[in-house]
Amino acid sequence: MSDSKAIFLKDATVNAADGDQRAFIRKALGGYYTNRDLQKARYRDWERARDAASLAKWSAVNDLANVLEKFVANFERNGGVVHWARDAAEARAIILKIAEDAKAKAIVKSKCMTSEEIHLNDALEKAGYGVVESDLGEFIQQLRGEAPYHFVFPCMHVKREAISELFTKHLGTAPTDSPEELTMIARRHLRQLYVDADIGITGANFLVAETGQISITENEGNARLTAALPRIHIALSGIEKVVNNLDDLSVLLPMLATAGAGQPMTCYNTLYSGPRKKGECDGPEEFHIVLLDNARTRLLADPEQRDALHCIRCGACLNVCPIFKNIGGLAYGTTYQGPIGSVITPHLRGLKQWNHLSGASSLCGACTDACPVRIDLHHHLLHNRRNAAKESPTLFDRLFHNGFNFVIKSPWLFATGGRIFRATLPLLQKLPLPYMGAWMKTRDLPKAPSQSFRDQWKKQNV
Amino acid sequence: MSDARSDIFARIREALKVKAPKPHLKTDANPGKTSTVAKPWLPDGGETADASLTILAEQLAKLKAVLIRVPDKAAAAKAVAELSAAKNWKKVAFHGHELLRPVAASLPCETWEADASFDKQRLEGCDAGITTCESIVAQLGSILVSSATSGGRALSVLPHVHVVVAEASQVVPDLGEALALAKARHGDQMPSMLSFITGPSRTGDIERILVLGAHGPKELYLVLVG
Repeated sequence: MSDSKAIFLKDATVNAADGDQRAFIRKALGGYYTNRDLQKARYRDWERARDAASLAKWSAVNDLANVLEKFVANFERNGGVVHWARDAAEARAIILKIAEDAKAKAIVKSKCMTSEEIHLNDALEKAGYGVVESDLGEFIQQLRGEAPYHFVFPCMHVKREAISELFTKHLGTAPTDSPEELTMIARRHLRQLYVDADIGITGANFLVAETGQISITENEGNARLTAALPRIHIALSGIEKVVNNLDDLSVLLPMLATAGAGQPMTCYNTLYSGPRKKGECDGPEEFHIVLLDNARTRLLADPEQRDALHCIRCGACLNVCPIFKNIGGLAYGTTYQGPIGSVITPHLRGLKQWNHLSGASSLCGACTDACPVRIDLHHHLLHNRRNAAKESPTLFDRLFHNGFNFVIKSPWLFATGGRIFRATLPLLQKLPLPYMGAWMKTRDLPKAPSQSFRDQWKKQNV
Repeated sequence: MSDARSDIFARIREALKVKAPKPHLKTDANPGKTSTVAKPWLPDGGETADASLTILAEQLAKLKAVLIRVPDKAAAAKAVAELSAAKNWKKVAFHGHELLRPVAASLPCETWEADASFDKQRLEGCDAGITTCESIVAQLGSILVSSATSGGRALSVLPHVHVVVAEASQVVPDLGEALALAKARHGDQMPSMLSFITGPSRTGDIERILVLGAHGPKELYLVLVG
């Protein structure tokens, strides 16, 4: 068993038994379901809008080399500097070099999951830079020293009392149980940091090839401030974030907001093209983009699952996933949680170590239904299971499948096997069965019927 | 060592040698201009100017943004002055624009044309920022500001209150039209920032409970002339 699987099984078991926490998560998501449905109802045809969104991403991802080249040419024409990173280490080195050249001291960041993927904060802090996460949820998680719980709602699992204690401990503020007051504490604390920071680091939601702009979606205004006040703006983005035209955003931006957070549109959707232009009064002097592969091309090379690169990170699949709601986001042990995380993590980090996430699914398909860009999520979980069984089958896989294959081909063996199974079922109940332990711990085997289905059918249809 | 750029492009080209099937769609629409194809499926932005204004008013109300409709520029100045007095603003920053100078002149407090002598520390101390905008999207209640129309990047987001003064003719039905308009207006010389503002700054990060004014403005006013 891989380490990641052992940790996952332990954490998932503990969390699934925590009824209080599960109820808290369900309650937190309650408002989301209502708002999402209200906003979806404003679409004159949500299903077809999903087609349009899916097609916009499909056409860019399947022509990635050309679209990316176009984006880069236009980005550079706008005065930005492009950096390429094959993996996390290269991306970190690039950003450290920019910070070093700029003799930076303070760095302010707005929410960027790609930076979590490459563990950027650790690297910057080790090199002696002060790094502050400015998104409220990320700020709270940074103070807690914990990874985000949900890649859109990073601290949705933390109760207000805990946040109040955290602020008292780190910021010296008076305790309060008001979410509004807690938000204002963070607002006051972070405002001066934007003004003082030398470098602002953001992610990117879309890279627009036609114009060379990057698009950033956020609710709080922290990304706007991060890209407005510091002298240098660095955006870190996966190479798959590219879209062909500005016009594609007319579908993608509202659908991202509605699917992910139940909003008509996220509060700030901002397009940046280059550093401060001649005649503009503010904005950074330098604008860098770091384009990261980090095994995305491995996923691209799998045509069956290539559509997982269409993901716009809205988080809708997490919000509807019964597994996510029961085991929570931290148990995954991945940068990207929930169904999309279970699909892509084996590609990014290795199938053998991360295939267990694809097994942790009831295959109910709620994720696939929720996905605004129509990623076939629950089938991809099956594809991962199949690929893992093919790549490195366990002894159980081989015994079971060969045995099943043998028995199913002979009607006599099938019938006899069934008879033996029905007769011995009460006995099996009491035996410690291999591979069934986890299942049997909380469940009884069903009572065996006295006759097989085939016998009953014969009797009723003579 | 070959450089990262050519390595990544080589990997992409290699990966794309095997084609992925086109998504299984419920429609036979051909890829084209996404907004044109998808227009009848997306939320309605209104067929007529009046219909768009009605939708805009509904959307802004839901977003907790305040819409103030006035007949002319003089009335706009008066409305903002009343707001300033009621909210007891001490310092107000504004974008140097012909529509805004008379508004600023009418305010009963200290005013500052922020883009003429930009200073981020001074802007941080302002109670309100007044800007114009590129266009207004009825469909979503979004206001498109840019570094060209809104005194740079920070003026529309750093002060605690954001006031937008615009002409009713700047309202467009949907996002597709707002993007097309920006492209037609600026061509390949886009302002370095274009931002769709949809309501006052907000967060739900604490227990998914909505709080306005996370980092950006707590209040958003749209004063629409005509």
